[in-house]
Amino acid sequence: MAFFEGNKMTAGYGDGPDIISSCSIKVNRGEIVAILGPNGAGKSTAMKAMLGLLNLKSGNIFFDGIDISKISPQDRVKQGVSFVPQTKNVFAELTVRENLEIGGFLRKDGLEKMIESIYDLFPILNEKKSQIVGQLSGGQRQQVALGRALMSEPSVLMLDEPTAGVSPIVMDELFEHILKIKKTNVAIIMVEQNAKQALNISDRGYVLVTGKNKFEGSGEQLLNDSEVRRSFLGG
Amino acid sequence: MDFINAILVLTNFTIIPALAYGSQLALGAVFVTLIYAVLRFANFATGDMMSFGTMFAVLLTYYFQSKGIGLGFLPTALLTIPFAIIMMILYMLLIDKLVFSYYRIKKSPPVQFAMVSVGVMFVTQAIIRIVIGPSDRRFLDGEKFILKATEFKEMTGLSEGLTLKSTQAITVIVTLIVISIMFWFLNKTKTGTSMRAYADNEDLALLSGIDPKRVVLITWIIAGVLATIGGILYGLDKSYRPFVYFNNMLPIFAAAIVGGIGNPLGAFLGGYVIAFAEIFITYAYKRFITYLVPESMEPDTLIQLLSTDYKFAVSFSILVIVLLLRPSGIFKGKII
Repeated sequence: MAFFEGNKMTAGYGDGPDIISSCSIKVNRGEIVAILGPNGAGKSTAMKAMLGLLNLKSGNIFFDGIDISKISPQDRVKQGVSFVPQTKNVFAELTVRENLEIGGFLRKDGLEKMIESIYDLFPILNEKKSQIVGQLSGGQRQQVALGRALMSEPSVLMLDEPTAGVSPIVMDELFEHILKIKKTNVAIIMVEQNAKQALNISDRGYVLVTGKNKFEGSGEQLLNDSEVRRSFLGG
Repeated sequence: MDFINAILVLTNFTIIPALAYGSQLALGAVFVTLIYAVLRFANFATGDMMSFGTMFAVLLTYYFQSKGIGLGFLPTALLTIPFAIIMMILYMLLIDKLVFSYYRIKKSPPVQFAMVSVGVMFVTQAIIRIVIGPSDRRFLDGEKFILKATEFKEMTGLSEGLTLKSTQAITVIVTLIVISIMFWFLNKTKTGTSMRAYADNEDLALLSGIDPKRVVLITWIIAGVLATIGGILYGLDKSYRPFVYFNNMLPIFAAAIVGGIGNPLGAFLGGYVIAFAEIFITYAYKRFITYLVPESMEPDTLIQLLSTDYKFAVSFSILVIVLLLRPSGIFKGKII
């Protein structure tokens, strides 16, 4: 059994139709898993279901071997699952440092030490620590978002389109950071639009179509699979 | 000499009263803005909540006076502040539990919340009328003046006097202390930061482990302190008449919106903007100008832009102009 896994998840919003049906996603510590697929395939929904933001109609979610399907998102966060939403993923009116402090809100000790280690990981945040996050550039804000999520020292980090709306150069930089985070033995799941680049840094990938697992394999396998290439990677 | 006299007239009749009135509005406006930022609705019960807290201060003042407890030259009402605050907070928490929490769990839209707060306003008004009645009450005791006009004239030999009422000094000093403590709390403590985070981005705050119930509780506690102190200071300075508190809601909302709703610093300064605007526009400048111009040019009218009866029209106009030209307010609050 993998460290964090969603098994045959079926879920939708409210009483609406199922967005994902029988969808399974697994990730181990120190591994990056990319969730890919066309628009409306249910990529973000699958991730939100794993965090508990929507109720499962069937299926389960296991964290370190324990079924956590029934517990609230807040309790999952306390257990060590951290989530970076696609939009509104920072406290725009707070300073960089305050964002990190809130990220470590549940920590009982070691707040200063953890903030220092986030500054080591993202040196730009140390430079801008007293600035209001709303005034930072897109790439810097994404680093704040990552830093905030890492403050709770999670064992699982879920990223919803971490590179949405940033330039290609910044995108490469962000992927570099995500690789660095992986080396700290964190399990990373990310939803990405930039499929090729995402697969380049991922250990494994899932391709979802209309809420179901269509393909899965290592990053290399998916990159070289002719059907995946044709349908999702643009030839 | 005439120039000094002119300045004195202006200070005595506009600047000092505006500073006191502005402080009272500022406390109310910060209350409105905090509720708006954290609980996300315009609280129409603001005026009557301030009145509710003041009611306890009035009753307790009478009680203390009957027992002979006092503060000497300071008003007895200052002694009642902690008790009035506790009653106010209990009332707010009760209302929150019975009324607002239901709509919060249902995630009702802000407009619905505002309507609900109108209901709370009527109930609060009714309770106040049952308990203390609608009549005008003065509960100020102790020394009324720090500086009397006649004393000042004797001291300086000027023809214009300067009056400083003790309530005006108390208002400004207490407001500055309360607001400083509140800003320190919001900006420097972990709980304060978590409140700002919750106000800024509720979903992300929840994902960071911030307990919404605790944030709501602390917001009502701070709101209770602000409403009670603001109400008591106003009542001491003027008099306690429940209806007036309801009327004051217009300048208070105007102050909160001028400052940028959701921004406490903006609301604080907004209080003074509204107070100065109301008083400067409705003040009769005849005496002031008489000192400055040669005798032949002395005005024969009052030189008053608007009668004081229209002072609410001033705050209303400012409110409309700000909403039209700069809906986010002077200090960039949230756009309504």
